Amino acid sequence: MLNAELVGRTFSGAETTLVTQESIAAFAAVVGETNVEVAPPTYAISITLNQSQALLQDSGLDWTRVVHGDQRFEIFRPIVAGDSLLCSSTIESARVMAGNEIVSVRSDLHSGSELVVSTWSTLVVRA
Amino acid sequence: MSTYTVGQELAQKIYPINRALLVAYADASGDQNPIHQDEAFAKSVGLPDVIAHGMLTMALAGKYISDIAGSAAVKEFSARFTKPVVVPAGVDTQLVISAKVSAVEAGQIKLDITAMVDDVKVLGMAKATIVAS
Repeated sequence: MLNAELVGRTFSGAETTLVTQESIAAFAAVVGETNVEVAPPTYAISITLNQSQALLQDSGLDWTRVVHGDQRFEIFRPIVAGDSLLCSSTIESARVMAGNEIVSVRSDLHSGSELVVSTWSTLVVRA
Repeated sequence: MSTYTVGQELAQKIYPINRALLVAYADASGDQNPIHQDEAFAKSVGLPDVIAHGMLTMALAGKYISDIAGSAAVKEFSARFTKPVVVPAGVDTQLVISAKVSAVEAGQIKLDITAMVDDVKVLGMAKATIVAS
């Protein structure tokens, strides 16, 4: 179970992730996108998924039983190669429904002080 | 971006999903969960077969949106993962995406997106906001 005391807390990464042209091209290639000047709209998840798992590894959340319930992106500007992005993850809410834990996590990607993309993930931890 | 009107239906596009695409997406996204690649593992946890990453389905819907006005125009994008997309070995699973214009406001349009596999919706409440560049 998620430690309920952590709801509302924000965990900030210690290191930035450098966005490479290769990583944008690889993501774009999967969906058939030929414009690689900017990252595809859901590219941010390739940073926030693993970063949020690392940031929340001691939260009590059982990542091995997590199913992705929903996902939202707010894109303030497109991610581009050369961006150096810092991830911070906030546990916005947690509740139990039909025995499953429903945890909502927001992850923000900042370039310096600029907020580039916010992502919201609802994680369902299967009973 | 050309002119859009509320209620306008946008043409559907078909995106084939196969096992090779799942491996490519796993490598590009860093999501190496074995339920998306390993048939024996997927079945051991009660799934009918390997399933696609929900985020791959969403990424393909993202491509559909990008084709309207370019990736840089996408401001908001959200979806629920309502049904798993099963990807059996050796065949393409056909993801069919379409959209309807739900709002036209100053410089931006909102879309309701439909994503179907075998006539079943696989994304729920899928919405996007895109701006004219």
